[in-house]
Amino acid sequence: MSELLQFLLSGVTVGAVYALVALGFTIIFNASDVVNFAQGEFVMLGGMTTVFAHAAGLPLPLAALVAILATAAIGVALNKLAIEPARGAPVVSLIIITIGASIFIRGAAQLVFDKQIHKLPAFSGDDPIVLLGATILPQSLWVICGALVVFAGLWFFFTRTLLGRAVLATSNNRLAAQLVGINTNFVMTLSFALSAGIGALAGVLVTPITLTSYDVGLGLALKGFAGAMLGGMGNPKGALAGGFLLGLLEALTAGYLSSQYKDAAAFVVILAVLFFMPQGLFGRKSTDRV
Amino acid sequence: MKLTPKQATLLVLAALIALTPFFFPSGYYYRVGALIFVNGLAVTGIVILTGYAGQVSLGHAGFAGIGAYACALAPVHLGLHPALAAVLGAILSGCMAWLVGRPILRLKGYYLAVATLGFGILVSMVLNNERWLTRGPDGIDVPDLGLRGLLKGWGLDLSNGEFWYFFSGLCLLVGAWLALNLYDSPTGRALRALHGSEIAARVVGVDVARAKLQAFVISAVYASFSGSLLALQNKFVTPDVAGFMHSIEMVTMAVLGGVGSVLGAIFGAGILTLLPQALTVFAEYEQLLLGLVMMLVMIFLREGLLPSILRKIRGTGE
Repeated sequence: MSELLQFLLSGVTVGAVYALVALGFTIIFNASDVVNFAQGEFVMLGGMTTVFAHAAGLPLPLAALVAILATAAIGVALNKLAIEPARGAPVVSLIIITIGASIFIRGAAQLVFDKQIHKLPAFSGDDPIVLLGATILPQSLWVICGALVVFAGLWFFFTRTLLGRAVLATSNNRLAAQLVGINTNFVMTLSFALSAGIGALAGVLVTPITLTSYDVGLGLALKGFAGAMLGGMGNPKGALAGGFLLGLLEALTAGYLSSQYKDAAAFVVILAVLFFMPQGLFGRKSTDRV
Repeated sequence: MKLTPKQATLLVLAALIALTPFFFPSGYYYRVGALIFVNGLAVTGIVILTGYAGQVSLGHAGFAGIGAYACALAPVHLGLHPALAAVLGAILSGCMAWLVGRPILRLKGYYLAVATLGFGILVSMVLNNERWLTRGPDGIDVPDLGLRGLLKGWGLDLSNGEFWYFFSGLCLLVGAWLALNLYDSPTGRALRALHGSEIAARVVGVDVARAKLQAFVISAVYASFSGSLLALQNKFVTPDVAGFMHSIEMVTMAVLGGVGSVLGAIFGAGILTLLPQALTVFAEYEQLLLGLVMMLVMIFLREGLLPSILRKIRGTGE
């Protein structure tokens, strides 16, 4: 029993990170119809920048803030320099552009930072909390709360603020949004900044547990993508649920089946979802206009 | 005599394969050339899938992995000749592509990309983890094809590099010839029709799902043979051949050179195979530059390098 609980707790922790990456995916996908393969690099940048800013003498919260703002700026640059000039390009070109961006950012990170593995101190100590015979690190609680707070914030932003509704309008129909006076270029900028910032936050929160290095991005991007897919592409609720579910599946696979194949869980899930329910758990059936 | 575009493409390709060795400063370049042809073969498959039919795969390295490990394992465990092992690998890849593609090709856009991505990573995971069979990440030896010895018996004595250069070149020519024939066949027309508009294609009576599946299976067979060739010429193979980055490389080569034409895609394979060789001096900047090239070409030369260059030469402008 305590064994199962232990697996569940570690699954929820990992799942929270996947959920944050999946939320980032969803924001960009909604705003621009682009699946951003560089999403994982935002997580890497968040963690690495915090590590180096902290090492340079900044207190941890300030270092984290700097990292999140810097990553958001890089997200905006990605949109302005690579995505916007390629508007209307076929899917395969957009895929290659974002993969190119991800390779570029990784290459830059290994020059600007280094190729070492880095760690951050845990925010509130390393003493595990005992819960019904299982243990959980205080940092895990930070990660889980982070994911929930971000989701709540996004929910509030998208349903209760004018700006958030402008973003939703743009994702529904860009032209119509423009016609009613929404500045769609600003919406795009905002979406990329938001998405990159959320990715960076995930990086800051998880680095004390999983460590970070210049090449952690790709794996996280693929997992986050799988989470978003599982929940239903383009649906924030789905991204949250999909991310957590994927983390749990992975932890249970590692615990009961094979730790070697724990990473396979994500990809088996992708294939199963596509085979049996292509809209994902929370997706709507889409119809096409001829 | 006027050449058709198909004949012209094959002629240009054959001339390039036959004539470039005269300019090689050392034997090492045969090896690089052979590598370009092996990549060119995989990329020709991508042209059929992406250029003709407009579908995206991010997992074709999985099929290359199946082809490569078939050549390593079947001769040892099943006693097959390596050439037959390559055929077995191709059949296996084709069947896998059929199984994976059948449910997914009914969907559109990103879905195939995502599903193939998952498939490719699963293949590379199995190759890495099933050590009892594949010896894991350390790689495994591949038996000799034996053709070079046979040619020697007939009085044609080629060095290892020369043999693989010309043999891979020949394979690429055959692959390109088949792909060009497909372009004008009813299947090829169906593929191009659904690339333009799936609904329009369906309206004129094309079985869209079936046509996509055909393109997917054919391109998987190309990738598989490319993997087999790579394994046979290196006499060694590691799970990297099935890795995600290899899949990305294949698509990038094709799209960079110009995925609409066989020659363009092979040109892209040449550029991306040579780029790391040229960049060894800047090893630290390799990733940075590769990423930059990928983005710049896709933003500014959307049809790919070769079509853009050709248009410049002809001076027809935009």
